[in-house]
Amino acid sequence: MRKILNSSISRRAVLGGAVATIGALSMPSILRAQDRSIKVGVYGGYFKDSFDKNIFPDFTAASGIAVESVAEPTGEAWLVQLEQAAKAGVAPADVSMMSQVAMLKGQSTDLWAPIDTSKIKNYDGLLEQFVNEYPDGRVAGIGAVAWYITLVTNTDSYPEAPDSWAALWDPANADKLGLLALVSNSFLLEVTAKTFMGGTNALDTEEGINKAFEKLAEVKPNVRLWYRDEAQFEQALKSGEIPMGQYYHDVTGLAAADGHPVRSTFPKEGGIQDSGCWALSRASDKVEEAHVFIDYMSQPEIQATLSRKVGTAPTLKRDLLDLTPEEFASVSSDIEPIIPRYDLYQTKSDWLNQKWTELIVG
Amino acid sequence: MRREAPQRLSDYGPLAFPAIMLTVFFVIPFGTMIAVSFFQRQQGGFYTPAFVFSNYERFLSLFFAHVLGFSLMLAVLVAVCCVAIGVPFTYLMTKMSRRAQIVWMVALLSVLSLSEVIIGFAWSTLLSRTAGITNLMVTLGLMDTAVALSPGFPAVLTAMVYQALPYTILVLYPALVRLDPTLTEAARTLGASPLKAFFTVVVPALRTTILATLIMVFIFALGSYLLPQILGRPQHWTLSVLITDQAIYQSNMPFAAAMAVFLVLVTLGMVALTLFAGRKREETT
Repeated sequence: MRKILNSSISRRAVLGGAVATIGALSMPSILRAQDRSIKVGVYGGYFKDSFDKNIFPDFTAASGIAVESVAEPTGEAWLVQLEQAAKAGVAPADVSMMSQVAMLKGQSTDLWAPIDTSKIKNYDGLLEQFVNEYPDGRVAGIGAVAWYITLVTNTDSYPEAPDSWAALWDPANADKLGLLALVSNSFLLEVTAKTFMGGTNALDTEEGINKAFEKLAEVKPNVRLWYRDEAQFEQALKSGEIPMGQYYHDVTGLAAADGHPVRSTFPKEGGIQDSGCWALSRASDKVEEAHVFIDYMSQPEIQATLSRKVGTAPTLKRDLLDLTPEEFASVSSDIEPIIPRYDLYQTKSDWLNQKWTELIVG
Repeated sequence: MRREAPQRLSDYGPLAFPAIMLTVFFVIPFGTMIAVSFFQRQQGGFYTPAFVFSNYERFLSLFFAHVLGFSLMLAVLVAVCCVAIGVPFTYLMTKMSRRAQIVWMVALLSVLSLSEVIIGFAWSTLLSRTAGITNLMVTLGLMDTAVALSPGFPAVLTAMVYQALPYTILVLYPALVRLDPTLTEAARTLGASPLKAFFTVVVPALRTTILATLIMVFIFALGSYLLPQILGRPQHWTLSVLITDQAIYQSNMPFAAAMAVFLVLVTLGMVALTLFAGRKREETT
């Protein structure tokens, strides 16, 4: 008890500690759980609620490590906070779920403590895009969850599902599309490159990127809404006001299950696969616990639970999982995904952003 | 009661609280923003303290000039529309019974309780093809098929005027209530029609109030960034939308700060110009 009082700052933690101690008097096994704890940052809202409900209690029961979940904002605000806190030697969260671009930005200041892969039992079972490495080969982060952005349509307006991203360019779809408004979250350059230029490697050179921008400019007359706010497009898609566009596969599936006339299609070029990594702040002193946590999260059973309960795509190879074909199809696809060129959003971010804004605003 | 100018330091005491508030919540943040606007952006990282002009250089382009021009034009248009609707409306309102005035005021104040998000989504539904007002027109036989009225410039303008109108009326109301009714009565006695009396007597008598209202609505409208996003196409995005993009999504604080500083300077310049022009005219008349 004294240890808890000394180490914690917030009243809530002290109260929590008091409750835990009372519990510990009757159940000695929980006392051990309180000795070891870890702060985990997850995106606030839907993700955090699902994790708090479906994942963290089981982890504490299995490992004896208590989890304090921290709601982190999306975007890069959390990265800035972690970075500034690390300079002062504190970690607002030990392990955080970070976007790929944020991972790369954090690498530039050595923010992420290297992960000892020998302590992750299923390390070899991870799909290669879910291991985030420093240029020198140290592992900065391990895939946490993955999700897809796919081609979505209103089933009333489109009785037949489109089978290719090329539908976005079809003149018949004039003024009917809803697309994400930013270069770094729509990943439409990658879609253009994969659909018309043979793959995302076409974006290696500036000429290639310029070509993709030219091709992408042809989509503009078809776009009714460039959205930042997801709810805005989801509403319009359900009502048929904007009957086609790009959207999140998991949420579209939930809407369809609720009876709305919407569907999500994996185009033959593949859905866009985006993901979050678990990363450990260099200021954290919970290195041991963090490894236990990441190891636990990378187990096939847990990844399957995430797919079933949270709707995310697994980070492990499919043959390791016990998901039924239907369950797998509801969160993922065997079609090779389009993986965003995260490196570009780090090395060329300002140039890309400027070109993109001029393309859609101009 | 005669008001005396403050004599001693302690007479300024009551000013201390607002002065501290102004310093803490306006001067210091604004100073920080100016400082950050000169910092060096680290692409793919954060920013480092420095004194460079590159953020301002990037802003000085034809593209951003267009966006800035559009933002100013939109704000001016919103201000003009609000005053054009607000002055006659408030004038007629002051002629009503006290009871009716209270009902109108409560209705207007309740609009203020709506957030920008709710206003934006409500208008986008009202102006949509599937659930909007054009369906009503079709039912009434005024139109053949329902059409989408959003996104577009009229949609942005309508929603922004809707949002700013209650403020306009609240600012105009006190001046109009205090307006001496004998002025219009005199004009009527001399043979002016009610309309003529309104334009030749009421409007000139309220010139300063109208000018102040125009400026207030202009500044209010210039900061709007949600409605242009929800109801407009990309060419209707204001500079505030692009500032948000840079600050939140690109984590390019120095550039966002530079744009914001520029916007504030242009705004202050325009307000000064308007005040100057207003004073000039007052001197000549």
